[in-house]
Amino acid sequence: MSDSDDLKQNEGATKTITRRNFILGVIAGGAVVSAASYRFLAPSRRQLSGAGERLITLYINGKPRRVDVMKQETLAWTLRYKLGLTGTKLGCDRAECGSCTVLIDDVPYYSCSVLTHTVRNRQVTTIEGLAAADGKLHPVQQAVVDEQGFQCAFCMTGFIMSAVGFLKTNPNPTRAEMAQGVSGNLCRCQDYSKILDSLMRAAEYTRRA
Amino acid sequence: MAVIRDVMPAFDLLQPASAADAQKLLETYRENAWVMAGGMDSFDWLKDRIKKPQVLVDLSGVDELKGIRTTADGVEIGSMTTLTDIAKDATIRKNYGLLAEAVEHVASPQIRNQGTLGGNVSQDARCWYYRGGWPCYRAGGNECFADTPVGRNREHAIFGANRCVAVNPSDSAPALIALDAKFVIQTSKGEQVVDAEDYFLGPEVDITRLNILRPGDLLTAIRIPSTWSGAKFYFEKVRDRNVWDFPLMNVAAAMKFSGGNIDEIRIAVNAVAPRPMRLTAVESAVRGKPADAATGEMAGKLAVQGAIPLQFNAYKIPLMRNLVKRAIGGVQETTWTS
Repeated sequence: MSDSDDLKQNEGATKTITRRNFILGVIAGGAVVSAASYRFLAPSRRQLSGAGERLITLYINGKPRRVDVMKQETLAWTLRYKLGLTGTKLGCDRAECGSCTVLIDDVPYYSCSVLTHTVRNRQVTTIEGLAAADGKLHPVQQAVVDEQGFQCAFCMTGFIMSAVGFLKTNPNPTRAEMAQGVSGNLCRCQDYSKILDSLMRAAEYTRRA
Repeated sequence: MAVIRDVMPAFDLLQPASAADAQKLLETYRENAWVMAGGMDSFDWLKDRIKKPQVLVDLSGVDELKGIRTTADGVEIGSMTTLTDIAKDATIRKNYGLLAEAVEHVASPQIRNQGTLGGNVSQDARCWYYRGGWPCYRAGGNECFADTPVGRNREHAIFGANRCVAVNPSDSAPALIALDAKFVIQTSKGEQVVDAEDYFLGPEVDITRLNILRPGDLLTAIRIPSTWSGAKFYFEKVRDRNVWDFPLMNVAAAMKFSGGNIDEIRIAVNAVAPRPMRLTAVESAVRGKPADAATGEMAGKLAVQGAIPLQFNAYKIPLMRNLVKRAIGGVQETTWTS
């Protein structure tokens, strides 16, 4: 069949399309559209004067990364879906669970609630950037492994990033202070006691390191 | 409200580097612009598609709005100073501990690392009907969904409701009122300085906003005079969870004594009314009296006079009575004699 035949058939289909077929088509196509919309549909709004570059350099785990970022994109989105750093988890996407916690200039932030464009000149550290170049785990990671602190561990990367940030401000915390320090993270397994055990060990390892 | 797990709808992001530029941008785009400080309030609105600004003015790059400066008469806190920086600041802790304590009670560590003082006092109401996109009075509609026989209004107002029954959710606001802070606002007509309590608006003035900022206005700094430096402070926040939650109620008081009696006092309560409530009747009633249980009890009873509870928030009346009592009489006295 030639291309022109194809075109004619399509025209015919367009003319005879029924409401039912249209709805079925939307259902079938919907998943594809919604999955692709973040990339192709969202930036369709007219660009206003003062709009900056979309292709920007981010400093992630000590390395400069060139990446195409939408204005309205959150850091968690960029890390996971543009840079493939899926160690950062998206739990609630509303700054209410802590699983997306990353360090920006050594301070813990919810990356779901930071616009990527606002961290252009800042150092972002994710869980992937904690271990040393030779693969040696960060003291906090090692402590979590040693204590087997987490059950399902979805929240783990957020907890570890929070703890790393907190230990920079208070290297010698009491258990209550550590609990306060990571109070911006939730664990749905309610594994807090074991998490605190491992984070107290983490404090000890960090002091020794 | 379903949680939409997708990127926000598109907006243009403007990132001014100076306060003057920021104010100019806000003036240019007016109603189409959304001012973002820390963003902790903004993202809920944007992600839920309830507010769809054309332009987002991000203030995070405006360094002149950050930091705590000592002035001839107290301190000046830039509106973009984070709550963590305020809670850690030595001068604030030493002289204005009330504010340090208030901001330490806000949300969670990560939110305090990002949230700013300007944002905390300017944040919008937390009524879930309003935030869920219901067409209520505050959203420009003609109905209040919280103040109905079945409306969920446990967190709502017992004072000052006028069609809308939402409360101001800020923790720092009552502390700033107790410290007699001044808010510095850049407008198209120049700089405007208002008392902390005049910064907030009730629904009788404008039902769609909680503060006096109009499109084009920018809150640049908050000045705390040295008047109350080192006074006796009391702050308490009651909430369901110890982290994240907005106050069910909070109280902030600053007191000065002479000869064992209360000489001067400023006390404010928040999350009871559409705007933080300064209790001037209580202030004049306790002046010249000792700060003991009897005075506290009298103050507590006086504070709740005129309260009108809704279906599910009558508990706020004894809560407020007790918080005011403790703020003045101290926490060791926990029993009521009447």
